[in-house]
Amino acid sequence: MKIHEFQAKQLFADYGIPVPRGRAASDVDDALEAAKELGTLPVVVKAQIHAGGRGKGGGVKIAKTLDEAKSHAQAIYGMTLVTHQTGPEGRLVKKLLVEEGLNIEKELYFSIIPDRATAKIVFMVSEAGGMDIEEVAAKTPEKIIKVAVDPLVGIQAYHCRQVAFGLNLPAAAVKAMTAIAKSLFRLFVEKDCSLLEINPLVLTADDRVIALDAKMSFDSNALYRHPDIVEMRDLDEEDPLEVEASRHNLNYIKMDGNVGNMVNGAGLAMATMDIIKQAGAQPANFLDVGGGANAQMVENGFRIILSDPNVKGILINIFGGILRCDVLASGVVEAATKVGLNVPVVVRMEGTNVDEGRRILKESGLNLISAKDLADAAQKVADIVR
Amino acid sequence: MSIFVNRDTRVVVQGITGKEGQFHTRQCIAYGTNVVAGVTPGKGGQKMDEVPVFNTVAEAVKQAGANCSLIFVPPPFAADAILESVDAGIDVVVAITEGIPVLDMMRVKTYIAGKSVRLIGPNCPGVISPGQCKVGIMPGVIHKPGGPIGVVSRSGTLTYEVVHQLTLQGIGQTTCIGIGGDPVNGTNFIDCLSAFEADPDTKGVVMVGEIGGTAEEEAASFIREKLSMPVVGFIAGLTAPPGRRMGHAGAIISGSSGTAQGKIAAMKEAGIHVCEDLGSLGKLCKKVFG
Repeated sequence: MKIHEFQAKQLFADYGIPVPRGRAASDVDDALEAAKELGTLPVVVKAQIHAGGRGKGGGVKIAKTLDEAKSHAQAIYGMTLVTHQTGPEGRLVKKLLVEEGLNIEKELYFSIIPDRATAKIVFMVSEAGGMDIEEVAAKTPEKIIKVAVDPLVGIQAYHCRQVAFGLNLPAAAVKAMTAIAKSLFRLFVEKDCSLLEINPLVLTADDRVIALDAKMSFDSNALYRHPDIVEMRDLDEEDPLEVEASRHNLNYIKMDGNVGNMVNGAGLAMATMDIIKQAGAQPANFLDVGGGANAQMVENGFRIILSDPNVKGILINIFGGILRCDVLASGVVEAATKVGLNVPVVVRMEGTNVDEGRRILKESGLNLISAKDLADAAQKVADIVR
Repeated sequence: MSIFVNRDTRVVVQGITGKEGQFHTRQCIAYGTNVVAGVTPGKGGQKMDEVPVFNTVAEAVKQAGANCSLIFVPPPFAADAILESVDAGIDVVVAITEGIPVLDMMRVKTYIAGKSVRLIGPNCPGVISPGQCKVGIMPGVIHKPGGPIGVVSRSGTLTYEVVHQLTLQGIGQTTCIGIGGDPVNGTNFIDCLSAFEADPDTKGVVMVGEIGGTAEEEAASFIREKLSMPVVGFIAGLTAPPGRRMGHAGAIISGSSGTAQGKIAAMKEAGIHVCEDLGSLGKLCKKVFG
């Protein structure tokens, strides 16, 4: 789960990590008010959306006067911000962050990430901040410092020193940086983060270290123990169909194609999307109804898939195994009747009583087409939408 | 022969009295697995069907001689259940539970590093040595005993699909392992590949990966350097969009890393027979394994 920059900065502030003075604003007037409250110029007006690259897309602007602050707020608030992370459709800006401008000496990169292979929590920092870190890693890997922390031993002072000295900071800023590293690590662990990134972390002309940006995402599996983080979820930033699916415990991701598909199990669901494409069509979604699948889930799955107007055909691929195919087929027929199916559905199922299952589909009088195996299913559904 | 579990495996089911625990315990027993005990704290002394239930894993080890645990405990308590098994001296821990926080698993993985215990999963279907022992939730009936092929996969139902196709081609399996879809897991591809290499009855391996992380790339270089038997590989997620978690917590393309294309390239370079169309995997295996 992702949160906004202003929310991440609030968490930073709670942990004693220096952030620029400022606050979130819910409209243009409020933004102007926030700028006045700062009592200093210049101020920075920043669009709050869950995507990076906001500056390049015109979502971050510096104002030297209050009039300018207002006009920037007017320009950004309500705009559809397109960045390399939003896709071409962009994201509507509904919230702003207004902050004091800083006298920046140097831009740094700072992140904490879990390393899945070694099961360690890793600081990744670089004095080449403000740029795309993947680009830095590709072109000048020597400029990236990594410090791995054993999750059982936890953060030690030397880890923080390695981070601070690795950033090549002036002596006056080293102590502050070690304290920041330690606090950010604590924040990362205590809130079960999956990513904490500050790009840029800045060194000011008077040797202060301040988090100019803040990006945090959280381990969805751990949200049950962080009600405060769950409250920060912004449903406006998510696809409405995906939100609806998550209410039914379905794992749905919308795609651009026209073949809807419903599969039990994530790996098989991905492989089913792939085979749809290989058969010459495009998947309209990823939808995992879970390892076991029942009539209720199939019904909800149908509803979600059919809410996408692009869908011209559906492929259901259920590898039941332990599930009985006759039960499953009855479930599919029941669900299809309830939702008023208006596109053809190819059903591929495997498990016990598969012949009986196919007979039920055939005799239902609905537009349900049986496939004998996966290759056959993909071909049949691709032929339908062609 | 087989790896990790066999006829002599004595299973304790943690969470045996829950709905899933009960259902799958019965399925395992029906397959022929020797389930010697169950554990549900507070229900010690009861029985689930004929299986004695204990309060702790330590008791199940001491009194019933369990050497393998199968875990159905809900995510908030699952890391605790794994550690309990490890400290009770269990040899093979199979964690089915999906949704364990990553930081919990990092601590577990660090704790067991250097110990002799083998943790399979979490978020996995488990492990089966067809005809001998099933410790997991996979449908036993799709498997074919007698080998000579080992299967290792990050997925659940996708593994069933692969095994089903092997069986339809008349190709049996020595052991099939689902290593799980989480970013931090106990057993990786390389652990399974080296165990298959050491198993005299395994003559080839099917390796099923998916997007996210670098486990497949690392396995590919291991295969090139150390494995003497042919490998057929498959990667799910060619059409997955970057930055999205595709069901499994570990299945996410971040930036340019973890793509299916990158993994397939690494596997091909290592001499693995990569199947790019899941519908024809069985046929490819027939061709490669004979």
